[in-house]
Amino acid sequence: MKSDFDLSAWPPPSLFSRRHFLRLGARLAGALALLPWVPGAAWAAALEAVFKERTVADVLKGLGDDIQSSDQITIVTPEIAENGAVVPVTVKSALPSTTEIYLVVEKNPNPLAAAFIIPDQTEPSISARVKVAQSSNLIAVVKADGKLYSATRETKVTLGGCGG
Amino acid sequence: MGSPMKIRAAIKDGRTEVKVLISHPMETGLRKDSEGKAVPAHYITEVVARHNERVVLSAIWGPAVSQNPFVQFQFAGGAPGDTVSVAWKDNQGDTRSDQLTLA
Repeated sequence: MKSDFDLSAWPPPSLFSRRHFLRLGARLAGALALLPWVPGAAWAAALEAVFKERTVADVLKGLGDDIQSSDQITIVTPEIAENGAVVPVTVKSALPSTTEIYLVVEKNPNPLAAAFIIPDQTEPSISARVKVAQSSNLIAVVKADGKLYSATRETKVTLGGCGG
Repeated sequence: MGSPMKIRAAIKDGRTEVKVLISHPMETGLRKDSEGKAVPAHYITEVVARHNERVVLSAIWGPAVSQNPFVQFQFAGGAPGDTVSVAWKDNQGDTRSDQLTLA
């Protein structure tokens, strides 16, 4: 009688067969595809709906209930942008423990333009370029120490950002 | 695969300043071509920047980020020989990753 510990038949021929190996590889790749691509995939998934909102009120509601305005947030943007398709924006937060920065353009079809996660050792200051459909308020929403703050700055565009 | 990004990084006073210029159409999906047909949306949805293995910035974007997006940020640390890498993914499933070695 064969002992349970008899390994003479190990590995079973199927285990390391080519087909089995390929299947294992496919399964592994499938599992990897499910892993979060961006750290904070849950955050990304939650934001997906907010990016689809059509009014500033809904965007702000989607980000959080209680947003206080703060003079510790600086928005640098041209007062008059010649080309609404490329409006440079810098948002800087002096609030301690800033972890997230959101860029909202009031009169765009979808006001939420971009969201950034700021890890510990990264400066809470981001520059980017956004499209501004028409002269409108730019709102920066900052999450610091778990709370939301915002600042607003108006920018005028002489050429809209969503035409051709 | 999209076109290569331009990444610049400079170490200054114990910090590294990174500038990234991505080549991407960033189509909103709201624009019509000369024949009046809607141009399908094609824009970057996620961006991750790393210093060696450490994530130094991640972002979720909508189509309102300008064509050929530009991003500038700074992180603490960074030494010559370290790598700074940036990767993006768009709504059509395209991805691209580029890196540079700090000088």
